[in-house]
Amino acid sequence: MQTIIFYTVALSLLLLSLIKDREKTRLSLIKAWKSFENILPSMLGMITSIALILTLLSPTVISSIIGSSSGWWGTLAAALVGSITLIPAFVAFPMAAMLLESGAGYMQLSAFVSTLTMVGVITMPLETKFFGKKFTALRNALAFALSFLVAFVISKVVH
Amino acid sequence: MKRIKAYLLFLISAALIALLFLFDRPTGTRAAVTTLTSLKEMLLILPPVFILLGLLDVWVPRETMVRFMGEGSGLKGGLLAFLLGSAAAGPLYVVFPIAAAFMRKGATFANILILIGAWSTTKIPMILFELSSMGLRFGLTRLALNIPVILIITLVMSRAFSKEEVSALYARVEQLD
Repeated sequence: MQTIIFYTVALSLLLLSLIKDREKTRLSLIKAWKSFENILPSMLGMITSIALILTLLSPTVISSIIGSSSGWWGTLAAALVGSITLIPAFVAFPMAAMLLESGAGYMQLSAFVSTLTMVGVITMPLETKFFGKKFTALRNALAFALSFLVAFVISKVVH
Repeated sequence: MKRIKAYLLFLISAALIALLFLFDRPTGTRAAVTTLTSLKEMLLILPPVFILLGLLDVWVPRETMVRFMGEGSGLKGGLLAFLLGSAAAGPLYVVFPIAAAFMRKGATFANILILIGAWSTTKIPMILFELSSMGLRFGLTRLALNIPVILIITLVMSRAFSKEEVSALYARVEQLD
């Protein structure tokens, strides 16, 4: 649905641009292709390595590590797994719900979901390419640390 | 040689998946299917994003971006960055080229951080998924906490980078393409 909106907006604007100025449109498409080509290798690498990791870490393996009685160690493990992997939301949340059913705790799942969305070990090379080492390290470290704070509050609020 | 190095992670992972396929066919197949599914997702999301970035580059004058998200845009600029990030689609790595394009056009460092923060945690489609699969209490609590989390990250990082470091970062992004 969202993808359709995105395509409609992008293509209509492209058409508008083409009507107004052919040369500028050509230039914009060249730029678009160049920046795409620039990040393609990193993206391919990320996607294949994530698929490999996800396959080896099945839901049963994960929920055995992050059960509701696993405490802070389980939370740490969940945060680490979340940091390494990078899964789209429509896969991640049904997966989290499945983990919840198979015995994972709310605190652990909160840490998993938070680091999953904010911390990206596999995307770090790409992030560094754009913003440098200090930015990438600090942003990911802060997000990792704050995920524990969120997990702690969740453990108090949701039972 | 540089080209091969860029594809190194891809080549290694692909080789491992191929090995897995040889020795453990079901697991190897699962890995291959997951790869293809994510690849499809990526190839579906990226074309409109990059078309829009190209158009932004050519059509939107620097002054416009500076007015909306640059120095002096104040609270409104921050709010705009937050809304743009929340309305977005696509995984975290898609925001990096977008943030870089915004920097080239003159958005402030703080607004870039808010954009990345919102993109990673308060994306509307993601929230909907979270609420429906994890329950209202879990989802709303996390949402309420994530907004201060974005602000804390923005504040701490703005403090941690000196004026010179921020200028260096902007110069770096300028050179990317």
